[in-house]
Amino acid sequence: MSIDKREVSAIEADPIADPGLPAHQPRPTDTDEYLEKRAERQVATLFGLSTLFVILFCVSYFVFKIGDDPTEILGFGASNVALGGCLGLALLCIGVGMIQWARKLMSDHEIVEFRHPGSSSDEDRTETVAILQTGLEESGIGRRPLIRNSLLGAMGALGIVAILPLRDLGPLPGDKLNHTVWKKGMRVVQDVGGNPIKPADMEIGQLVNGEPAVFFEEKDGEPIYDGVALQVQKAKAAVVIVKMQPDDITPWPGRENWGVDGILCYSKICTHVGCPISLWEQQTHHLLCPCHQSTFDLADNGKVIFGPAARHLPQLPLALDDEGYLIATSDFTEAVGPSFWERDTIKTGE
Amino acid sequence: MSRTESVARTNGTKASKAAKPNKVGAAAEWADDRLGLATLAKKNLRKVFPDHWSFMLGEIALWSFIVLLLTGVFLTLWFRPSMVEVVYDGSYSQLRGIKMSEAYASSLHLSFDVRGGLLMRQMHHWAAMVFIAAMMVHLLRVFFTGAFRKPRELNWVIGSLLLLLGTLEGFTGYSLPDDLLSGTGIRAADGFMKSMPVVGTYMSFFLFGGEFPGDSIIPRLYTIHVLLIPGILLALIGAHMLLLVYHKHTQWPGPGRTEQNVVGYPMLPVYMAKAGGFFFVVFGVLGLMGALLTINPVWRFGPYNPAEVTAGSQPDWYMGWPDGALRIMPNWETHLWNNWTLSWNVFLPIIVLPGLMFTIVMMLPFLEQWITGDKREHHLLERPRNAPSRTGLMVALMTFYAILWMAGGNDILAIKLKLSINQITYFNRAAVFIGPVIAFFITRRWCISLQRADNDKLLHGLESGVIMRDAQGGYTEKHIPLPVDKAYTLTARARDEVYVPDSEADENGVNAPGARLNKLRSRFSRLWYGDNIQKPTKAELEEGHHHAELEEAHDAPLEGHAADGHQFDGRHDIEDEHLSRQHD
Repeated sequence: MSIDKREVSAIEADPIADPGLPAHQPRPTDTDEYLEKRAERQVATLFGLSTLFVILFCVSYFVFKIGDDPTEILGFGASNVALGGCLGLALLCIGVGMIQWARKLMSDHEIVEFRHPGSSSDEDRTETVAILQTGLEESGIGRRPLIRNSLLGAMGALGIVAILPLRDLGPLPGDKLNHTVWKKGMRVVQDVGGNPIKPADMEIGQLVNGEPAVFFEEKDGEPIYDGVALQVQKAKAAVVIVKMQPDDITPWPGRENWGVDGILCYSKICTHVGCPISLWEQQTHHLLCPCHQSTFDLADNGKVIFGPAARHLPQLPLALDDEGYLIATSDFTEAVGPSFWERDTIKTGE
Repeated sequence: MSRTESVARTNGTKASKAAKPNKVGAAAEWADDRLGLATLAKKNLRKVFPDHWSFMLGEIALWSFIVLLLTGVFLTLWFRPSMVEVVYDGSYSQLRGIKMSEAYASSLHLSFDVRGGLLMRQMHHWAAMVFIAAMMVHLLRVFFTGAFRKPRELNWVIGSLLLLLGTLEGFTGYSLPDDLLSGTGIRAADGFMKSMPVVGTYMSFFLFGGEFPGDSIIPRLYTIHVLLIPGILLALIGAHMLLLVYHKHTQWPGPGRTEQNVVGYPMLPVYMAKAGGFFFVVFGVLGLMGALLTINPVWRFGPYNPAEVTAGSQPDWYMGWPDGALRIMPNWETHLWNNWTLSWNVFLPIIVLPGLMFTIVMMLPFLEQWITGDKREHHLLERPRNAPSRTGLMVALMTFYAILWMAGGNDILAIKLKLSINQITYFNRAAVFIGPVIAFFITRRWCISLQRADNDKLLHGLESGVIMRDAQGGYTEKHIPLPVDKAYTLTARARDEVYVPDSEADENGVNAPGARLNKLRSRFSRLWYGDNIQKPTKAELEEGHHHAELEEAHDAPLEGHAADGHQFDGRHDIEDEHLSRQHD
């Protein structure tokens, strides 16, 4: 360890010598007894006010009702404003009083303390190194590699105990991300109320939020999907149904009969990071994600035309059932939602 | 060591007396017998803290953290971190009868059925924002003034970790109410995790306990939010404070303030009152904010539904910059063999970039030290202008941050400024690279000009505004010499030394080890220091003073002439002087 590293940078008398600490200037409260008394009264008044606000806080706690109208009193809620105002002012009075006390009445003589170098002294270092060496030698860790290595091995192995039990945090993904509840013949229904949709019900340019009919079906008086299970399935199966001029639509080969009378159905879950997409521009057929502004062209197979999403919106092939309602003809033919590593390795759908 | 005896007097005229010395003394003795506190207290009770407004910024962070702990404990008494579906039947009529998670229902309960609950929720949220903002401004202060230099580099690293953990703590916190907005944030976080190569889906399934959203994420985030991260934060804050005490605080240079001492007020009583009082001020301001400024009104967003979203969904402000990076990132993805997908469009801006940025920030002290080769301890602060490249570097980083932050609100900007969101995005894609470079060079030049202005002041004095006309009809402006205290303060800085590598090859033509690295280092060192203006030497200063004497001699014949206003030229006693004619 060279001396140079211990060096504390110093400013020499270059080009001006240090004139030294300026002389202490007394404050008005140091010299004028009236001002000193006044400052004392100010501080005591602030502390007194604080107590008053605490009392007001207690009164407000019992006086103001809370309930379902958070906007009463200037849009804030009376209880909240009164409690918060009293609490805030009580605290501020203590704080300002203490600072005023320190500034006006406590001694304002600056004092000087000397620094010591951050490092230990050379003697301490040498001694510590010697102690460490003695300890290591007495343990014999250097002379007995068998013990050392087996201990290191045991410690390393113990690390597994810290990690392995975390395995049950969740199941393995499997191919769950590639499947949704959509299947051949399932009706596409409106997300509110669950009513099935007839092509004639929709106008050109209209967008309807849809869900699979199974979300609204019951079995033995209990909903088939409920609570968490419903949320999980909804996060993948939510769709939008749009009706456009059939001439505007330019389907990819193989998708020519995926629509019905200009009605197409797309996943509502953004392929970027999974926000539900909801901003529909009727004139341009663009669907914009409100989270990161990825924009998809629904007349052109859900292709990305702007924004950070890399992948088109998955399309759900549609048909009509015997009663003339919209149904899916299969599950999505690719994974919906945010992209992931194994996305294209497993093909989905029929 | 310290000259405490010189200040051991109070303003009172009589010595103060403890009311009941026996009892207090007995208690202190009892404690000291067991804890030996007197030795520790003797050293630290009169510990000196220098005074400057900028030293208060870190204090704001510390005190808002205490407020977070206090209000947070209150919230845990009612909040239920559970995703079990319940039907809401509380006071808020608009959501009554609606199915929601227990977490959201208990957040509503806290807001509408617990007196002071909404206040604590709002104070907690505001305190979190102030906590992170104060940490960031404190970080800037420490960097701009060079307070991170040896021996404080490790404290800089700890501070950076605090900022990182504070940000994560904020994210886990605002995700807990399980309303539509926070659920959208969690949904996006799921997408972020899935973008990770190879392990992405596994990470997501393990964190969520299965498929998103599952029923585990809120309880798990809760444990992370109230136990894991606060525990680490507390430990790191403790270490941060201990190192602060050990190193003693930095101070600004000035008369009597050197590298070897620290000048200021003692802990007891002045700093205890000031800092303690400031805790109540921060607490009080946060109380008023909680009372008057609505924040995160979860009742308006409704319960989380994975098929719904609101326009203008944005995270809390401190998550804005990676969100902005996510928005302006081009939509690149690569398909590898076996059809594996690498989603650069998500992985780079949200996983790689924040990690990279925090690593860069943590490495800054070591980077500067390597460039300058300065291994000395520094306890005197530097003005930002006196380290032009350092200042420029941080302004460049701030510009990078600001542009990404702006990009995080590109939809709001487009609506408010009636601009095309596409054009804003294209602009930001370029600006995020060009802006920091421009900012660096402008800042650096700006600092250098300020250094020049300082030297002008030292050499020629202050411009007085008094114009003299001599016999030949020439005009000169009088300069007032700088008071010696000010002049000393301006010159109390080190001269910069550009690193020059030893000759590259020895006599046999063999390159010295690390020659190439040293060459790079000297190039950086030239960029870092090369254009800086050094303070005047003694000779230059004397030359300047000599010039002033000449000026005085030159103006001497005018002495005594009725040239009103000239008495204010800085060379005359101006007691009782006034302009003879008032200007209209």
